[in-house]
Amino acid sequence: MSDLKEPAKQELPQGNGSRRDWLFAAGVALNVIAGAALAVPLIGFIFSSFAEKKDPRDWISLGALDHFPEKTTRIATYRNPYTRPWDGQTADIPCWVRRVSGKEFQVFAINCTHLGCPVRWFQESGLFLCPCHGGAYLEDGSRAAGPPPRGLFQYAYKVEKDQLWVKGGQMPTLSNPV
Amino acid sequence: MINTLRSLAVWLDDRLHLTALYSSTAGHEVPKSAGSWFYVFGSATLLCFIIQVITGACLAFVYIPSTNEAWTSLQYLNHVQFWGWYLRAVHYWGSNFMVAIMTLHMIQVFLFGAYKYPRELTWVSGIFLLLTTLVMAFTGQVMRFDQDAYWGLTIGASITGRVPIIGAQLVHLLLAGPIIAGETLSRFFTLHVFIIPGLIIAIVSMHLRLVLTKGINEYPKPGKPVRKATYDAEYADIIRKEGVPFVPHAIGKDLIFAALVIIGILGAAFVFGPKGPGGPPNPTLVDTNPRPDFYFLSIFAALALLPDWMEVLILFVAPAVCITLLLALPFISPTGEKSALRRPVAVLSVIFVMLVISVLTYMGETSPWSPVMSAWSGDPIPEKFVRNRTPLELRGALVFQNKQCRNCHSLGGLGGQRGPALDEVATRLTKDELVRQVIQGGGNMPAYGKKLSPAEVEALVSFMATLHSTAPVKPSSTPQNSLPRDVAAVHVPTALLRAR
Repeated sequence: MSDLKEPAKQELPQGNGSRRDWLFAAGVALNVIAGAALAVPLIGFIFSSFAEKKDPRDWISLGALDHFPEKTTRIATYRNPYTRPWDGQTADIPCWVRRVSGKEFQVFAINCTHLGCPVRWFQESGLFLCPCHGGAYLEDGSRAAGPPPRGLFQYAYKVEKDQLWVKGGQMPTLSNPV
Repeated sequence: MINTLRSLAVWLDDRLHLTALYSSTAGHEVPKSAGSWFYVFGSATLLCFIIQVITGACLAFVYIPSTNEAWTSLQYLNHVQFWGWYLRAVHYWGSNFMVAIMTLHMIQVFLFGAYKYPRELTWVSGIFLLLTTLVMAFTGQVMRFDQDAYWGLTIGASITGRVPIIGAQLVHLLLAGPIIAGETLSRFFTLHVFIIPGLIIAIVSMHLRLVLTKGINEYPKPGKPVRKATYDAEYADIIRKEGVPFVPHAIGKDLIFAALVIIGILGAAFVFGPKGPGGPPNPTLVDTNPRPDFYFLSIFAALALLPDWMEVLILFVAPAVCITLLLALPFISPTGEKSALRRPVAVLSVIFVMLVISVLTYMGETSPWSPVMSAWSGDPIPEKFVRNRTPLELRGALVFQNKQCRNCHSLGGLGGQRGPALDEVATRLTKDELVRQVIQGGGNMPAYGKKLSPAEVEALVSFMATLHSTAPVKPSSTPQNSLPRDVAAVHVPTALLRAR
């Protein structure tokens, strides 16, 4: 470095190349630092999902227990706890509630485990059928036929204050079942 | 006066270097043979892109990328905004034309060997344009924020969720959150309107620059293979001997085709109108039948038709292999014959790939594997299957409908096609086999043993045993039918019934 600087000072009036080299190198170095300072928040902003540690799920009530007669499967809707003021009806998430008996429930995500399409319950045949690729599940949510790799996703639930609560707020996928 | 104008023109050219710009771009010399009808697809694809940018910018004047408002703003565009419906239609049909013409361009370039030396990177940049255009197609489908868009996003997230290890984080990245919510649509809007179009403009610039610097492919002649050592000199020779300026001597057919494309887009938009939006993006409306736009129907079909164990292959390995092969193509075969007349394997692979995609798209459109959710309550049983039947058999017909068998099995051409049509089932299965199939399921059919009482099974099987065209229709009065029945009459499967 000193080799570069010395002649630059001495021969400044002639516009020696080494001084320009130094300016160029310094300019590049400064911009690398400035660019990194800009890139860190940008990348952090865009890829925040990799830094997110907070559990987005929360307990939400699906309503009073007597909405769900024993041995029936009914659709229920909850307001997504992970929501924004401009979400509108998109934040109303449906799920299938099966009251096995008393306080024993099964709460199934609406999403087929194959590709996430909304499964429909058919009381008479006791099956959930998927309109996309024809996946079928038995009434206890286990896989009956078709391409699904597993049974329906089930929410964690609890019974409190005579109401049924589920832990929702996350789209169930194979890598992240509810 | 004329002198003043001339001196003004000279002054402008001196300051703006317009002549130099013109002669190095629009006026650059191309082989005369490149002025062919086969060479019009590239410029037409670019034209489609320009139409998309202009109509897209217009739509963005009105569209609101908010989950709560998007659908309403689309309805406003369709029904209230002056010419709104038409611009939506032009944007939609423009995208269809763009994908179709880009495909033709790619096939032409492949069959004419234009990807070979020295135009490898023109091809590679073209592949990136193909990929970015497909991303535009998917994100554009999300902009039409209706039921299909909502569930399309869900499908996208479910596919992403299958990525090993970082699947959950990738879903979060795709949806801008753990679930489809506020920022999801904003994210796709940003991709569709800013990021991907910006990328496309950058890659198109490179693509065009390469066309200028490396020249446009001469119309290939059979028996004239490309050799790295001699090609550059040969091409220079072609330009020297039969080079013509692109404008005005080679652009004529491009211009005519361009006008036809614009008329085609405008006409299709006028006749068929905009697509959707379908039902509102309300996830609680589960009575829906999500389908992707036609570009992705083939993948949608492949996922239904292929065995489960192949899904990871189809979702992740196959695209990676295809893209790698496409990118590697000019480096695998940089020299040799260009003419399709001497490259039978190339021609056959194009035919094969197009056939596979077309058949899968057709199947995706008809989706025979999907249960018909309303068939059990909506489709009538053909009269011939219920005429002169015993009460037991008629009860079986009711069981057949009530238990939603019809959603997967058709009768008289109506109903689902997930399972086999049952018009002739009695010619394929005996009564005992029918009982076994109903109770135990199998071959992709769920077991109904728990959902049917023995009496229902018997009625159902009696009905199905009448389903054949050859049987004489007679008033049933055989001794077996006239006897009061119980489950024991169907002897073999009794054990099955009892076991439950």
